[in-house]
Formats: sequence, structure tokens, C-alpha cells
Amino acid sequence: MTQSDTNDALPGLNRRRFLWGGAATGVGAATAALIGSSWRDASSTAAAGHAEDARSAIHGALTVPFYGARQAGIDTPAQSHTVITAVDLVQVQTAEQVVRLMRLLTDDAARLTQGAAALADPEPELAIVPARLTVTFGFGERIVRLAGDNSAPSWLRPLPAFSIDDLDEDQCGGDLLIHVASEDLVTVSHAQRMLLKDTRSFGQVRWSTEGFRRAFGSEEASVTMRNLFGQVDGTANPRLGSDDLETVVWDSSASPAWLFNGTSMVIRKIAMDLDTWDELDRPGREESVGRYLTNGAPLTGHNEKDEPDFEKTTPLGFPVIAEFAHTRRARSSVPGEKIFRRAYNYNTTPTGGPVSDAGLLFLSYQADVDRQFVPLQQRLDELDLLNQWTTPIGSAVFAIPPGCAEGGFIGDSLFAI
Amino acid sequence: MKLSTKFATGFVALGTITALVGCAATASETAPSTAVAAQADSVSIEDAWVKSAEEGMSAAFGILSTDGAEVTVISASTAASPMIELHETVAGDDGQMMMQEKDGGFVVSKVEMILAPGGDHLMLMGLTAPLLAGDTVGFELTMEDGSIFSFDAPVKDYSGANETYNGDESVDIETDSASGSADDRGSDTRSGSADEGAPDQ
Ligand code: HEM
Ligand SMILES: [Cu+2]
Repeated sequence: MTQSDTNDALPGLNRRRFLWGGAATGVGAATAALIGSSWRDASSTAAAGHAEDARSAIHGALTVPFYGARQAGIDTPAQSHTVITAVDLVQVQTAEQVVRLMRLLTDDAARLTQGAAALADPEPELAIVPARLTVTFGFGERIVRLAGDNSAPSWLRPLPAFSIDDLDEDQCGGDLLIHVASEDLVTVSHAQRMLLKDTRSFGQVRWSTEGFRRAFGSEEASVTMRNLFGQVDGTANPRLGSDDLETVVWDSSASPAWLFNGTSMVIRKIAMDLDTWDELDRPGREESVGRYLTNGAPLTGHNEKDEPDFEKTTPLGFPVIAEFAHTRRARSSVPGEKIFRRAYNYNTTPTGGPVSDAGLLFLSYQADVDRQFVPLQQRLDELDLLNQWTTPIGSAVFAIPPGCAEGGFIGDSLFAI
Repeated sequence: MKLSTKFATGFVALGTITALVGCAATASETAPSTAVAAQADSVSIEDAWVKSAEEGMSAAFGILSTDGAEVTVISASTAASPMIELHETVAGDDGQMMMQEKDGGFVVSKVEMILAPGGDHLMLMGLTAPLLAGDTVGFELTMEDGSIFSFDAPVKDYSGANETYNGDESVDIETDSASGSADDRGSDTRSGSADEGAPDQ
């Protein structure tokens, strides 16, 4: 699927159609009557004012296509804000109920991502700034099995226990994943609320976590993100649009047929102890990963994208990139043991002593969790210096169904009519 | 597995019943709607939806428009509720907003005719079955010339649209959300208390 960002909605825009409905966009009738024409006039004036600097500064009208063979929000360049929510569909016992729910959620997502209010949206004004909003849905094992006992891929289950884990059950698992992301946190909040309201009759929120990266426009979009340890995080990832990524994420040859153009998502909420990390000086920090903090280059190179030389030794005969270094441990020599990471930082209100409750919302996508992710996590579980400062506290695995065409719904390849 | 055929056919059946009801209601009074330039042909609706409800009353909304001359909707029908009225919302003597049947029907001109909570709406007065979030309900609107405009509207949970009905008996729109599952919870949300609280935990 092409993830082309479009900016043609803003300058010279027929604002009325944008706000008040058309073939693809429409505002919920909910407030239309109440708002009246004075608001319409005000908004068209605002649009004209924005038109001049739209290309340089205003990016709220940027959209990522919703409909397509694959869901957006995976190989979409990561937006600066996300909120990831797992819902327990406690009232859902049948495939028919899943279909009703997914029809509603698909319609909400299709509208909101294109800058239109959801149906029955009481705050339609919050919907008109999509800022590259994407909504990605995933299914937990129980929901997939409602379509038939043989429908679940073998990897769709909780990860095996790891010795490093200190999991909080209330931050693990879930039946339905709703992953909302945008450059604008107000947009994220509104989309999140509209979607969750439509889940109320079907279940309740199990957990929800916000994540962030640098703000849109703070630096070139091509710059690799930094986590809250200050590390360049994502360097050795498969490139967007590469064959590598295609194989790592989308190779569905071993999956059930309904997962064609779908994938899997592993979510690990990993606490990072910034207080003990503070005790570590720069050389130690760089050793723990095997990369420089300045630009993420391997300790055996100069530039971020230089290949690490794992054989290189110091004059004393020690490996330059230590045996315990995260980069070494996270790279498997077994072909196919590769994942696509798309992490976000989190930083929530601390309770008690520490001044921070921060960490990494580690998100990874791979065609097969058991074949690709689990061996890597096992290697890191056995040895990885970073484990000293990091603790997985949440964990979940979801099947990410393919995208859908207009008129369809996310999950229709599984719960087909 | 394919979606249970029960659901699939139930879906179709509802639409079919709607069509029959619509015809029955109008065929006796008016000529067939195949006349040239039937008023219904110029009408369209965007963003239609119905409020979910366990029983009793509900309401449907959307944005009606016409690409032709002004037309008037004189009545509506749906299989979901044998009794359905065209309503408006007005301030009562006590200043409270209430709804009542709209005299003269819905006039749809080139300016959109907006059906919205707190405004005009299609009032479903006696649901035959629960309206479950995510279901689709078929509607038929009869124009002055007897022609019929049909549309489908998805059912959404919604906490607003709680105006009091100023009719023979004072009944509120049912505001329970409906999932159709075994353990539907009751709701104490009633007219005048548009409770948008967090989902029960
Ligand atoms: C808070 C926890 C973690 C932190 C702070 C962290 C940080 C980093 C950093 C700084 C790099 C080097 C730059 C890069 O290539 O991205 C890296 C690489 C990598 N990490 Fe992590 N990571 C964490 C958890 C994990 C987990 C749980 C996994 C998978 C189970 C993982 C898998 C990888 C992989 C596959 C690489 C690339 C290795 C290579 O081929 O060079 N990381 N990580
Ligand atoms: Cu009414």
C-alpha cells in the first residue's frame, strides 16, 4: 500500500465539503444543527488565513490513506504521538458481534483518519486536523478463535515467560488492539475517545499507554528516533519500502490465508530506570549497546549506518563491541530472526520516590512471532547488559489483519460474509 | 469460518421487510413511484445513523439534501419500528427542550436539511427489537408525490438525544446501550441526563 501523505486538502480547499461531508468525508449530523452557519463562516476564514503558510508550517491536513490492502500505521513513517489501547471484549461471544463492532470501528477510523468527524461525533471540530492520523487494529487469540478453532496462527498467544520479566497482568494481553497515532495529541485523544465509545457495548478497556517521539518538524523526518536513555534507537531496522521489510513484516506464506497482507505485533512495555542509568558514565553507556551516543555509530565505525564489526578487538584483545552489548545480542546469525521495531517513549507520572516513571513502548512487527521475535528475546534474556536498567512490565501479542476496501471492514478476511 | 449465515440472512431480511412495509404503507394512497422525475430521485442522505436502544423509542439522524427542486418528506417507515414520526425539537412552556411531530413534514431544499440530536429527527416510537450497536436499519421516506427514498443507517451508541417527548404520553428515548450479549447491563441514563461517563470498569 502506498502511504503517500497528501497535503492537497488544505490550500484553496472547499472548506464546506471538507467539514460538512462529501462522498468520502462527512461530519456527523450530531452537532451540525447546533453549530449553525456563523461557525461555518469563521472556519472558512481561518482556512484562507492558513493557506499561505500551509506548505511551510501547517501540517494538520496531512492524511495517510485508510483503505488499502494493508493497514496503515505499520510501515507508515512513525508519527510523534500514539496511544495504544487493549480492550477486553467481555461481552463478545460470537463472530456476529465482532462484525458489528469492527464495522463501527472501521467506519470511525476511515472518517477520522481523513479529517472527517465520526458518525455521531459530538466534537466534530476536533476531527478536522488529522495530522497523519492512523488507526491500526489487532486481534487477540480469543477473538480470532470466534471465527473458528483453526483460524488462529500458532504464535497468537502470550509470549513465553522470560527471566527479566516483571509483568503486571493489567498491562498484558487483551482481545482487541486499537493503535492510534498522529502528529497531534489532541487528534489522538479525540480519535481514541470516539473509537473507545464504540467499544463500550462490547467490552471494557484493559490497558492503555501513551507514547511519544520528537514533535513533527523538530528535525528531519529521516532522523532515527532517540529513546529516553538518549540512545539512537532504530538504526539497524529494515528500511521503509525495502525488500527486507517486506519479508520481515509481510511474508504471510506460513500464516493462515486470512492473514495475507497482515502481520503480527508484539508490544512490550519496558520500564527504563533513569535513576540507575544516571549512575553510568558515557563510556559505560556506549559499551552497553555497542554504539556511540552522539550519532548511533557502532563503536567500530564513524557513521550511524556503518555496519558494526563484531570481530574487531582492542589492542588488549577484547572485542570492541562487548559480548554483552545489546547490539551484538540482538543480532542473530540465524537468517529470518529479524523484526521491525517501531518504538515510542513513555513518561508517566511518577509515584513514590523516583522522579521518573519512564520507558520504552517497544513495538515490533514480524510475520511470525515464534520464528522471528521469540529467539531474539530469548537471546536478550540470557545476556544483554541493558537488562540492568530495563524491565519488561507489559506484554501482548496481536494478529494484525490486512487492511480493507471501502465498504469492507478490518477483519473481513477472517469474519467474511 | 464464514460469518454465520444467521447474521447474514438476518441482515438481508430486515431490509426486505422494510421494503415491504414501505410499499404497503404507500401503495394504496399513491401512484407507483416510477413516474418521471419522482421527488425521491433527487433526494440523498449523508451520515445517517440511529441511536441504539434496548426497547421503546429511538431516533435516526442524517443530512438530507436534494439536487432538484424543494421536496417535502411527509412520512417515514422502518421495519425496526412500526410507529415512526417526523419530529422537531422545540422549547416547551417551561423552557425545557422537548420534541413533537413536525407540522408539514421535513422540507428539503438545496440547503441541507439536518437531522440531528437536539434538532429535527426521525422518531422511532415503538421498537420491535433491540437496536444493537453496529447493526444496520433500513428506512423509507415518502415524499409528497408518493415516491419513496430508501436508505440504510448504522446503529451507534449515543448518550445524548434525551429530549422529552411531548406526545400523548411522556416517554423518554431509551438510552441503554445494547450489545445483544447475555449480560446486557441496565442503564440508569434517563432523559435530561446525558451521561457520558467512562465505561464501567
Ligand atoms: C528498553 C529496552 C530497549 C532499549 C533501550 C533498546 C535500545 C536499542 C538500541 C539503542 C539499539 C541500537 C540501535 C538500533 O539498531 O536500533 C537497539 C538495537 C536493537 N534492539 Fe533494542 N532496545 C530495547 C529492547 C529491545 C528488545 C526487547 C528487543 C527484541 C526482543 C530489541 C531488539 C533490538 C534489535 C533487533 C536491534 C538491532 C540489532 C542489530 O541488528 O544491530 N531491543 N536497541
Ligand atoms: Cu422525537
